[in-house]
Amino acid sequence: MNPAVPVPLRRLSADARAAILLPLVLFLLLAAFTPGFATAGNLGNLVVAGLPLLVLATGQTVVLITGGIDLSVTAVIGLTSVLGALVMSGDAGWLRGSPAATPVALAVMLGTGATVGLLNGSCIAWLRMPAFMVTLTTTLFMGGLAVWLAQRQVHAESIYNLPAAFLLLGNRPGLAAGVAIAAAAATHLLLTRTLLGRWFQAVGYNPRTALISGVPVGGTVVTAYVLSGMMASLTSILITARLETGSPSHGRTLLLDVIGAAVIGGTSLFGGKGTVPGTAAGVLFLALLSNGLNQLNLSDFFITMVKGAVILMAALLDVRRNRWARES
Amino acid sequence: MKGDTTPPTSGGRETRPPAVSFEDIEKGFFGVPVLKRVRFSAQAGRITGLVGENGAGKSTLMNLLGGNLQPDSGQLRVNGSPYAPRGSGDARAAGIAFVHQELNLFPNLSIAENLFLTEFPRAAGGLPWIDRRKLRDRARHLLDQVDLAHDPDTPVERLPPGERQLLEIARALGAQAHLLLLDEPTTSLSVRECARLFDLMHRLRTRGIAMVYISHALGDVLNHCDDLVILRDGEVVGRGPAAEFTQERLVSLMVGRELNQLYPVRTPPPVPADSRPREPLLDVRGITQPGRVRDISFRLAPGEILGVAGLMGAGRSELARILFGLDPHASGEIRVEGRPLEGGPRRRIREGLAFLTEDRRHEGLCLEASVADNLALVTLGQHARTPVRWLDLPGIGTAVARIRDALQVSTRVTDAQPVRTLSGGNQQKVVLGKWLLSEPRILILDEPTRGIDVGARFEIYQWIHRLADRGSGILVISSEIEELIGLCDRILVMRQGELSGEFPRGEFNREQILAAALHTSTS
Repeated sequence: MNPAVPVPLRRLSADARAAILLPLVLFLLLAAFTPGFATAGNLGNLVVAGLPLLVLATGQTVVLITGGIDLSVTAVIGLTSVLGALVMSGDAGWLRGSPAATPVALAVMLGTGATVGLLNGSCIAWLRMPAFMVTLTTTLFMGGLAVWLAQRQVHAESIYNLPAAFLLLGNRPGLAAGVAIAAAAATHLLLTRTLLGRWFQAVGYNPRTALISGVPVGGTVVTAYVLSGMMASLTSILITARLETGSPSHGRTLLLDVIGAAVIGGTSLFGGKGTVPGTAAGVLFLALLSNGLNQLNLSDFFITMVKGAVILMAALLDVRRNRWARES
Repeated sequence: MKGDTTPPTSGGRETRPPAVSFEDIEKGFFGVPVLKRVRFSAQAGRITGLVGENGAGKSTLMNLLGGNLQPDSGQLRVNGSPYAPRGSGDARAAGIAFVHQELNLFPNLSIAENLFLTEFPRAAGGLPWIDRRKLRDRARHLLDQVDLAHDPDTPVERLPPGERQLLEIARALGAQAHLLLLDEPTTSLSVRECARLFDLMHRLRTRGIAMVYISHALGDVLNHCDDLVILRDGEVVGRGPAAEFTQERLVSLMVGRELNQLYPVRTPPPVPADSRPREPLLDVRGITQPGRVRDISFRLAPGEILGVAGLMGAGRSELARILFGLDPHASGEIRVEGRPLEGGPRRRIREGLAFLTEDRRHEGLCLEASVADNLALVTLGQHARTPVRWLDLPGIGTAVARIRDALQVSTRVTDAQPVRTLSGGNQQKVVLGKWLLSEPRILILDEPTRGIDVGARFEIYQWIHRLADRGSGILVISSEIEELIGLCDRILVMRQGELSGEFPRGEFNREQILAAALHTSTS
């Protein structure tokens, strides 16, 4: 109980859907007080910059719904980027110059995420290891592997000269936006309209009840991590194309934003609850926050501090939301 | 039982203020009144029984005493002085202790550590470490008072549930409590463990401790309480000395109408055993799993309601879990209509099995999920279309609405409400409902009415009858022998993992069933 929080505000925050309002409020505030913020150019940049995070956070939302967490996504981005570049790069690629380079690279990249996800999910579902430990250690392994591969093949961390067909995804913001939004929308439908989506929720709410009710709990958990791994790979494809470089250090700073966006969007860290539109609102909120504070000429360190505080507040709200819902 | 010790009437009870009194207590949640001008008191040296259906307001009263909630109006008094707790610390300071049905012990810690968790005896000279010897001595002194002979260093996880309950009381005594609130303390206790608990309660009574005893077991309440308070819909609808009440009167006060019978009559009457089809629905042959069950064989016919009696730990729930594929078995065979049954719960559900476990909160429900989602969970696959298993949401909605209406889940409950917020009876109806939707041919029910009020019990019995009439076989595990006698066509008894008796209807005898559960086989 917290008498300091008025009842109407409590009710609003108790409803996870209220998360959609957050970016709207922030947008209006920033538009009113920040010169140069509400321009078409700036807003366009902001959306394009937010696309990779949207894809990544969508995958994370699925894992969080099952009551797990996937900390390995940033390492998957790095490893995917390096492997993809090693397939298709004009300098050092195994298929350099071949017309098949781009499609094979894309397949290898998505396969990388799926494999890591399969490994994570199997350890968690069948060997009953804690999700944070498994995905934290695969982060170390995959992160190291990415650097080692890059060093061994090109004696540097970055791999350049990617084929033009692949770079289309980076040159044309419309195409990238289409891919990202399609991935998020498909995940939304998966969660709300399919059997698998309901199984994710049931496993997150209570795996024992789910098992007794006939849900294949192990397979459902593994699928969630495979999906999260593939979403991380797709994120890596978007980032690698935009930066025109394969590198193990892509996405390294995204981990806090990913979990933060999901939690701000009302996904529960206790499992069971979460939506893709909520997560999208969380992504937009964080993108607006960085961009707006940037426009105010605040330093990166300061922006990171503010983000940290906001995400901590969101996690607190997640805990409180459960209690407030209980009292009403 | 030993409920005949006359409570002490000396000591000027008339002049001493009651140990606790509720004076016109009101409490509501978001405009819905839960307690309406509740007025009663509990005297020192007496056991006050508090009974009522689920949702009558008993838990809210306990939460007020514990300081978890504050009354909207009215006055609480402890020993005559106003009492307005803001948390469990205030309750402890006022000498109030709780003994819950869900035990508040740390199984990994020792008995002594559990007893003194909040105030470890310190070493001499105010040094900030624990005086181990003083800890053990004090623990042993408390254990003596509740007749537990264990070494205080024993980890609590080694104690059976009944002794843990006694340990909770020892902890209350250690905190110098003069008012004990016992909330369904017997739900997980065997007959012998219950008797031990009641003995202790009678002894504490002679020491002048006030006890408030909450239970659905009306027989126990009448046998062991001195005063009774009956709650219905947040109002006190009856109170007075226990001698003035009978079980029938208690039930009618609790539900607000006359209940002619506790068990519904089966219409049409069950098919006699010899005219049933030859092929049994379920055929269990020599199931053995070391440490759990040994050489269990029985048959379940279509339309039969088969009861399994026994004490806690006799292997009944273990057998059910093996039948449903949750636990392995080393040898033996399970056949459904002649076909061997294999695989996990998913395959067995497809074979027509359903399993309502004894632990509704942790195994029956997704507590935070909605009523509708819980009801739909088992049968979701039937509403999923290939190739992507797209869900037919309107179809699911129709099925959920149909079963909800059929089960008469309280109309105050909405489909979107989390099941956590429902009363125990309504929660159990939701668990039953999700299995009814799968139209099971073999339904295994483990303690289907535990912690459920009289009205909801009756409805659950009716559903069991209806399913049996449709030709399903029902296996009912229950610790209440009366329930099995009232409900079943045949009763199996288990003792220490083995079948120790079988009673067809007509030969039901409470004493013999109990004897089979306790001693050497009588059959």
